[in-house]
Amino acid sequence: MSEPSTKPPVVDLTPHPPAMPVEHPIPEDSLGNEEMVLNMGPQHPSTHGVLRLVVTLEGETVKSIVPHVGYLHRGMEKIAEGMTYNQFVPYTDRMDYLAPLSTNVGYITAVEKLMNITVTPRCRVIRVLCCELARISAHLLWLGTGALDLGAATVFFHTFRERETLYNIIESLTGGRLTTSYPRVGGLARDIPAGWTKQVADFCASFPKVLDELDELLTGNTIWMGRTQGVGRISAKDAIALGMTGPNLRGCGIAYDVRKTEPYLEYETYEFDVPVGTQGDVFDRYLVRLEEMRQSVRILDQALQRLPEGPINIDDPKIVLPPKKGVLTKMEELIQQFMVVTEGFPAPVGESYHAIEAPKGELGFYIRSTGGKSPYRLHVRSPSFVSLQAIETMAKGGLVSDLIAIIASLDPVMGEVDR
Amino acid sequence: MNGPYIDPHPPRHLVDLLRARFPETGLLSEEFRGEITVTLPAERLVDAAFFLRDDPQCAFDMPIACVAVHFLEGEFEHDVMWQIYSLEKNHRLRLKLRLRPGETAPSLTSVWAGTNWTEREQYDLVGVRFTGHPDLRRIIMPEDYPDHPLRKDFDVEGGPSSLDPDGRPASPGFRDMEHA
Repeated sequence: MSEPSTKPPVVDLTPHPPAMPVEHPIPEDSLGNEEMVLNMGPQHPSTHGVLRLVVTLEGETVKSIVPHVGYLHRGMEKIAEGMTYNQFVPYTDRMDYLAPLSTNVGYITAVEKLMNITVTPRCRVIRVLCCELARISAHLLWLGTGALDLGAATVFFHTFRERETLYNIIESLTGGRLTTSYPRVGGLARDIPAGWTKQVADFCASFPKVLDELDELLTGNTIWMGRTQGVGRISAKDAIALGMTGPNLRGCGIAYDVRKTEPYLEYETYEFDVPVGTQGDVFDRYLVRLEEMRQSVRILDQALQRLPEGPINIDDPKIVLPPKKGVLTKMEELIQQFMVVTEGFPAPVGESYHAIEAPKGELGFYIRSTGGKSPYRLHVRSPSFVSLQAIETMAKGGLVSDLIAIIASLDPVMGEVDR
Repeated sequence: MNGPYIDPHPPRHLVDLLRARFPETGLLSEEFRGEITVTLPAERLVDAAFFLRDDPQCAFDMPIACVAVHFLEGEFEHDVMWQIYSLEKNHRLRLKLRLRPGETAPSLTSVWAGTNWTEREQYDLVGVRFTGHPDLRRIIMPEDYPDHPLRKDFDVEGGPSSLDPDGRPASPGFRDMEHA
């Protein structure tokens, strides 16, 4: 044991001798030439789901990008081959889960085209209401999360407050907030509840003010403009050749909207404009979606005004379920209900493709029928899947931080990409 | 339209145009619900696609979808369909190719760049081989996955199988109720 020292420890304050000269100095350019492979996802928050991107970087510049999809594949197209046409409706909820009502209507309308069914006037208007509510809800989510990805957190809270109102409206209509499963072949699952139109009207009255607020928060904001203008640019020619649709294509200045070019559900009788951009960059896609929400409110207003009275289902007991009251008291209706639920109904032999303007773009369903109660082949033309191809054109040569803005602006929803 | 959009004026004149341009193909066309399907032989498909894209009357500038269908029985093993659209003329057309077992489909990626992923998807899920495709890798299923799940001999409930002990196609499994 040494004696305890009474002296305080001495700290040597003289400067350290200079470092030994490195014998083999690193040549100055040896780091500059190296490429780095960066794996983004499948769990990266900015990919909004399970998208994996393998990015080759030189410094901060994106040299090449290889997207990998399929992490959310559930085999829906295969599942459809073993189901009756109505049984597949809940699966469509889970494709574009940000706008399930719109996907529901898209699928059902495609089946109705194959079966040559014309639905009732009331049903048509309710379906238009569904589609436009879904569009606003999907665009709000895109706006909130897209801005959040770029660091603008305030917007997120405003958009999600409005989405809550929308979810309440959707919940009163369908009973579910996310998994709506509302339309049926030949009609709807149920009529709108009492007071529902007032809920929608109130939303339509208050929402434009919120949109103006969001507009003020972002559109003239220098940081937002700096992060989005000139970023992720794609020419109209490239976008068309890639099959891009929806707001992504309209951002390039092409006014392609299925509601205008091939109007279904009487969209030709509604007054609304198709906003287009000019530059094809992230900022223009943002402007297009913002304006689309205003146009959707216009459509909602018109639809509420014209909502006619009358039945919601077509009068065909082989296709739609009979009223529940009749099922409980009458033999005939009981048999009808049993047959529709257990057997479904056969579709004519043939193949058809029908597209609607979903929030993400042209959502099409190709159905090949061999005359049975289920499709022989069902293919979903999902707008997110096709648009995602453009990510390489948009991101190449840009910065890796811009890649975040580009993914957000493409607005892919992986449930629809992978199906 | 009171419901689904059914084209009131399908582009029938384009079928005559194609017939005149490619008389040797014995081109077949069908019309159903306002949609025209044109069946072409594999060897002239790419030429016809270029013609459809570049001819000012056709002007099909946009690839919409590619769909393949598998058959267990019959002369043909696969049908491959390309859905195309013209922004300028606002008309649609479906190109169809029928493949016998072992035949491959020509890729249309040289005509419309956007068919890249859609053809990859059909190769991955249905098992159609596209010749001339620049990047024919699996896209939805894992890279080392052995099967093509949308083939009709693929069982929904467990993987590949050709026939079950009763001798009926095992796929799709949800139909088991009918035979119980």
